[in-house]
Formats: sequence, structure tokens, C-alpha cells
Amino acid sequence: MAQDTDDILREVTSREYAYGFTTNIESEKAPKGLNEDIVRFISARKNEPEWMLEWRLEAFRLWQKMDEPQWAHVHHPKIDFQDHYYYSAPKKKPQLNSLDEADPELIKTFEKLGISLEEQKRLVGVAVDVVFDSVSVKTTFRETLKEKGIIFCSFSDAVQEHPNLVKKYLGSVVPRTDNFYAALNSAVFSDGSFCYIPPGVRCPMELSTYFRINEAMTGQFERTLLIADEGAYVSYLEGCTAPIRDEHQLHAAVVELVALKDAEIKYSTVQNWYPGDKEGKGGIYNFVTKRGLCLRERSKISWTQVETGSAITWKYPSCVLKGDHSIGEFYSVAVTNNRQQADTGTKMVHIGKGTKSTIVSKGISAGLSNNSYRGLVKIGRGAKGARNFSQCDSLLLGDRCGAHTFPYIESENPSAMVEHEATTSKIGEDQIFYLNSRGIETEKAVSMIVNGYAKEVLNQLPMEFAVEAQKLLAVSLEGSVG
Amino acid sequence: MLKITNLHANIDGKEILKGLDLEVKSGEVHAIMGPNGSGKSTLANVLAGREEYEVTEGSVTYHGEDLLELAPEERAWKGIFLAFQYPVEIPGVSNLNFLRTALNETRKANGLDELGGKDFLALVREKAKLVEMDPDLMNRNLNVGFSGGEKKRNEIFQMALLEPRLGILDETDSGLDIDALRIVASGVNKLRSTDKAFIVVTHYQRLLDHIVPDVVHVMANGRIIKSGPKELALELEEKGYDWVKEIA
Repeated sequence: MAQDTDDILREVTSREYAYGFTTNIESEKAPKGLNEDIVRFISARKNEPEWMLEWRLEAFRLWQKMDEPQWAHVHHPKIDFQDHYYYSAPKKKPQLNSLDEADPELIKTFEKLGISLEEQKRLVGVAVDVVFDSVSVKTTFRETLKEKGIIFCSFSDAVQEHPNLVKKYLGSVVPRTDNFYAALNSAVFSDGSFCYIPPGVRCPMELSTYFRINEAMTGQFERTLLIADEGAYVSYLEGCTAPIRDEHQLHAAVVELVALKDAEIKYSTVQNWYPGDKEGKGGIYNFVTKRGLCLRERSKISWTQVETGSAITWKYPSCVLKGDHSIGEFYSVAVTNNRQQADTGTKMVHIGKGTKSTIVSKGISAGLSNNSYRGLVKIGRGAKGARNFSQCDSLLLGDRCGAHTFPYIESENPSAMVEHEATTSKIGEDQIFYLNSRGIETEKAVSMIVNGYAKEVLNQLPMEFAVEAQKLLAVSLEGSVG
Repeated sequence: MLKITNLHANIDGKEILKGLDLEVKSGEVHAIMGPNGSGKSTLANVLAGREEYEVTEGSVTYHGEDLLELAPEERAWKGIFLAFQYPVEIPGVSNLNFLRTALNETRKANGLDELGGKDFLALVREKAKLVEMDPDLMNRNLNVGFSGGEKKRNEIFQMALLEPRLGILDETDSGLDIDALRIVASGVNKLRSTDKAFIVVTHYQRLLDHIVPDVVHVMANGRIIKSGPKELALELEEKGYDWVKEIA
């Protein structure tokens, strides 16, 4: 039996990452390394107003005084932040109105990724913003959305066209001082998506951002800011891939969500950055700060994430429940295989009265990987009648991987109710044999079992992406159990 | 159909089957009885291809082919079905989804088209009647929260749906009340035909009141020590296993 497990494990590790191609496209880069001049360079490239530059420079100064966090259950050699490029843009920047002017190589890349922009236009219900290396390449459906008063554009455009909204909310959820990577992002973020849903508007389609890192030794630092005004609703999805590179690539994004009175934001992520090879060579270091602020009463923010990629994932999409009776949700499936390391979870900070939060985390570890759930439920003094329910499950495939759960609960209000459930299980050889004996091959059996295990979370994804996510889970774990 | 010659098998280095011989022809029902630990379930699992059991000696041919060379799913595709003694639970996978996958994988392997949703559901309805399956069980997760009887019935239901050529029932009667036993047995009886065969592993004689076997074998210490007509089961019930051990 052990022998077979090994064989199959070997098989998995030889499986190739399907999105690992690179694109030969001419790009304009800032010189390697990071200093104030680079920050100025980025800001100048984007014709940013003075206030934006000042905001960045302040972040850079703060960052210089900060240290990398050491508390996560991940291990990696020290990152030389001077050995990265902080800005890279395809040289021919496609115009928003005409695809013909775009670099054909770039169009080809997106086609390979299955998101032809032309196709996307026809696809009902999904508007896409594409971020390639550092810049936002194209936003589809912008005009359609405009009719409803919805703003959906690249972050750079937002700075130019909607400076007041950006000024008001940028850094209001994730301040520059929040953490090392957030400060770094604030200094050098090059683009990202911006979205504003006006009062009472229900966004008629899924909004989506697609991130792609192409250039070698290039960090991607995108910034997403999403505001749902009173009574507004939006469902937002982001997807990510990167080419196979021998060296590690750095990704440090910041996502800020703001939900006003009675507003609801659903934010879903399907993350499939290159995870590195079986020896742990290459792969994305994914250090991301995502936080939602339920600013006013009865607002709701749900995070759903399917994390299958990256060499290291350090990510805690969180909710600050400030408005009374606001709701925060976190649904997560994190898969690690080979030598991947994930330390992911959430923070639910209850400030308002009657606030509620739900956490459902499903970790799946295979190979030699390590998968940790880290979650904080904090109930403030004024959060009368706050409630939280957390469920953290871990599934182990094979016996050389690790699953860890670090739940932290801090309650300052005696009327609050906090429940935590946790389970760890191993995919049973019994389960696999049972399916085998009904004519279902092992690969498919594992995929069925894992998808069954993750169903509660996958059900939270918008329909069209749930199917994608299911396939992705199957591919990430191909043959990892004997 | 099936010929087992001098079969030896180990689990965790311990020899359980010690030179077992058995021949099953199409259309026959063979009962295998014997005390606990005699190797009955091991035989059932070896035939289905469970990897924990290591075959150290002997051969098993199935329709002229070396069965031991085949993976468990290949055996399923060729018509071998094991009704489990302890069917496992698989959370989040609906019974219906599982059945459809199982059926279509088997059809694909046999060069048949996959069955579409409508045809599949019609088939499910037809076969569910055979074992009086509660339709609610179809939409529930596979065996999750099923009672012991429901699990066993689900096994026979799967067998009806997949229409194997060789059905192996591993103590399907254990844990069943008399009504459930009758339903399960009548399901099996309806599946009997000249081109199919069954191996019914059981500890007690009572199942054989309902599924009448052509041959009864008594296993002890990893071997078949006595074979005879269906009356042998009754004699066993009366005189106990020690009696066969003595005469063997």
C-alpha cells in the first residue's frame, strides 16, 4: 500500500502546471530595487496627482521602519526586496475602446487562459478587469455598467477620474501601517481594480478581475478598492495565474471593501498562482491583505476563497463588523500539495451590536505540504449579543503533510456567543476502494471525495465559477492518494 | 465463470486464505458459510481487489482472464460487484451523483454511451422499486446517516443498477431485521439469471431461506472444508461449525 501511495505521489509531482507559459511581450520596467525614486517613477508613469504620490511616499517611509512578520507557520529564505522589479507594463498599452491596438501576443495569452476579451464581451453576466503584471489592460462592460451609475475601472483610472472617492476610502480599511506587506503595497502598487456601486443599485452582473504575472523577478502589487453604497449589492470574483519561473515571484496585494448601510458585498477568489515544482523551486509568494469593513448597520460582507496555488500563501480575508447587526462570512477551501505552504484564515472583529459572523474553513493537504488555518474572532466591549460560528476542517491526503489549526478567540462582552468546531480526517483508503469497486478510478474518486468535502464552500461561489473551482481542485490533487 | 485455485492471501503479513479452491458457473448461486475468522470476508475482498490483501500463491481466473492482474475498477467494469459488509460514508457526495458516475464510468469502459440525465433517472426509479428504496435516500449524501438496513439496501440497489455478472454479497444479512432481509433477498432473487452468478457470504443460515443457493460451502481456517447442496446449510445450523471441523 505504502508503495502505491509513493508511486501515485510521484505521479502527481510530475504533473505540470497548465498556466505556466510565458508571453514574449515587450515591456517597460522600472530599474530593479526599491527606493523613493522608484516610488516616484511609478507615480509619474501613471501621471498621478501630488496627493497620491505623497500617500505612497509616506507608505514607503513607514515600510522602511517595519519588519517582516514572523508569526506565520511558513518557512522561506529571506526575501531580498532589492532584487525585484516593482513596475512592469506591456509596452503597447491597449486602448480601452479598441482591442485591435492591443499587442496580439497579449491577446493570445488571455485566450490561452480561457478569458478571451472578445468572448468575455459576449458572455452575459461577467465584466472583467484584467491586470497583466502591473497594469490593468482592459475593462469590459464598462459602458454597460455606467448606465447604472456603477464605476468599474482600473485603479489608475479611478485616481484620475474619481479622486474624491479614492481619497475618501483608500487606506480606510487597510491603513498603510497595518502590516509590512500592506505598507509595501501602498508604496508601490501599480494598478488594480476600483469599483463603486451607487445607493440602491444591485449590480446586474458578476464583476471580475483577472490577475496575471508574466515578467521574471517582477512583483505584483495590485490594489482593489470596492465600495457598496447604501442598499447596494455586488458580487465580485478574482482569478489569478502566473508562468512557471525558477525563482520565486512576489505578490503582495491589498483588497479593501467598504459596505455602507444595508449593502452587501460577495467577494470570491479562485487563486491558482504557480505553486512551484515538486522540490519547492519557484512559485509565487502570496502575501495578501484583504479586509472588508461593514461600516454601517445591517451591511454584509462574504469572502469565499478557493486557494490552490502559490508556494506560500499568507492571507486572512477579514471583516470588521462596525455597523450594528452587520454580518461577516468567510468560506475557504485551501489546498496544498508537494511543498506548498499555506497559512490562511480570517479575522472577524465584532464592534457593533448584534453582529454575526460565520467561518467555514476546509483545508486539504497532500504531498509534503503544510496547511494552517489561523483565525481570530474578536468581540469588542460594545458588541452586545454578537455571535460567531466557526467550523474548521482539515483533510489529509497521505501521511507526510501537515494540517494545523490556530483559532484565537477574544471576547470582551459576556453576552456574546462564540462556537468553534474543528475536525481533522484522513481520506480513507476505504472510501477510495469503495468508489474503485464501483468502477470509478482513483483520480476521479479522490476528486469526488474532495469536492464532497469542500461542497459547503464551493456552493458559495457563483455558479459558473463553482464548476471551474471543482475542476481546479481535481487538478491540484491529481493522484495524491493511493 | 470464476475459478479459484489454491489461493493464499495475507493481510499485514498474516496468512488468512490457505489454499482455497472454488469454481462458480454462470447461473449459479454459491453460499459461503463458516465461523468468524475463517476467511470469508477476506475472500470477498480479494475478489474485489482490495490492496491490503496480498495474494501470495494460487490463481483466480474470471471468464478465462487472470483476475488478480486487474485493478478494482477494471474488475467492476468487467462485471464484478461486491456488496460491502460495512459500506462507507462519503460526505458531500450525493447518492445520485455517485450512482451516475459509477454507471457511466462502467458504460464508458465497455464502449457504451454515457446515460443522459433523463434516462438515468428513469433507470433509477425502475431499480429503486426492486429493493423498495426510499427515494429520499437518493438525494442524501452517500450512506451518510443511513441506518444499517438502509446502507445494505443501498448496496443491493447499486447492484441492481450496475447489473454485474458476478455479485458477491459480504454478510449482507448482518444487522438486517427480518423485513429488510426479505426485501434485500427478493431484490437479489429478481436479479438471478442464467448469465449471472452470485457468491453469498453469510454467517447464518436464515438468509439462505430467502436466497436459495445451488451449492453451500463451509470455510474454516482459510479453506473450503466441505461443499454440498443447500441442505448442508440447515445441517450446519443444527450441528454447529465444530461438527464440520471434526469431519473435515
